[in-house]
Amino acid sequence: MFEGVPLTWFLVVATIMFFVGIYGFLVRKNLITMLMSIELILNSVCINFVAFNKILYPDRLEGMFFTIFIIAVAAAEASVAIAIIINIYRRLMNIDVEDMNEMKY
Amino acid sequence: MFFIFAAIIIVFSILTVTSRKILRAATFLLFVLVSTAGLYFLLRYNFLAAIQLTLYAGGIVVLIIFSILLTSHIGEKLPAPGWRKALPAALVAALGALMTLLVVVQHNFQGTAQNAERTDVKLIGESLLSTEKYGYALPFEVISILLLAAMIGAIILAKKRKD
Repeated sequence: MFEGVPLTWFLVVATIMFFVGIYGFLVRKNLITMLMSIELILNSVCINFVAFNKILYPDRLEGMFFTIFIIAVAAAEASVAIAIIINIYRRLMNIDVEDMNEMKY
Repeated sequence: MFFIFAAIIIVFSILTVTSRKILRAATFLLFVLVSTAGLYFLLRYNFLAAIQLTLYAGGIVVLIIFSILLTSHIGEKLPAPGWRKALPAALVAALGALMTLLVVVQHNFQGTAQNAERTDVKLIGESLLSTEKYGYALPFEVISILLLAAMIGAIILAKKRKD
């Protein structure tokens, strides 16, 4: 169980997940897969908040409330992003980032 | 138990960003989010794990899968990223991870020796709505306005225009 697990291991897992998300954000071209990478990044930050709260400061609940607010912001962001993606698909029949240059200039 | 969840998170998050079938990538993302909820259960934040399961795994992943079904051809493979693009990205990610891991491993964390706070739903609800110290009434109101704005914006953006 978690009693034997030091904080560092939680942080190591979250760090690896964060940078895998960064890699995916830089490499992918499809808008939805980029959105999935952003979800990975947000989720790793949530793990950090929760682990810091539970292991270092178990007498307070700040990290938990931050995580709740991060999840709410992630839900709002995902819904608006998917609405934009569907709108773009209707115009261009394609959701690759490299085709999206209509709003330039 | 921690190691099972950690291994699932790391392996499936790598598969999420490298899988060339988009629906499979969404399924791997679902595995990552569910095992994150498992980590929250291990830390005894049951309410938070329930939120994670319902909102992330139940809401956001279903939304992503719906939009994949609307916008992509399922059998089609995504083009593989060329090494010209993959190599700098992998280098950036690896260097950043290395630097952060070095700092994290070398730092000596010292917590408080206080007793653990009880984390039942009553306490969470009271602090979300209280205006005292450690109360979260203002962020709660702000987040509700943000959710309302996001809902209206999503409806307006995704609506069909009359041409």
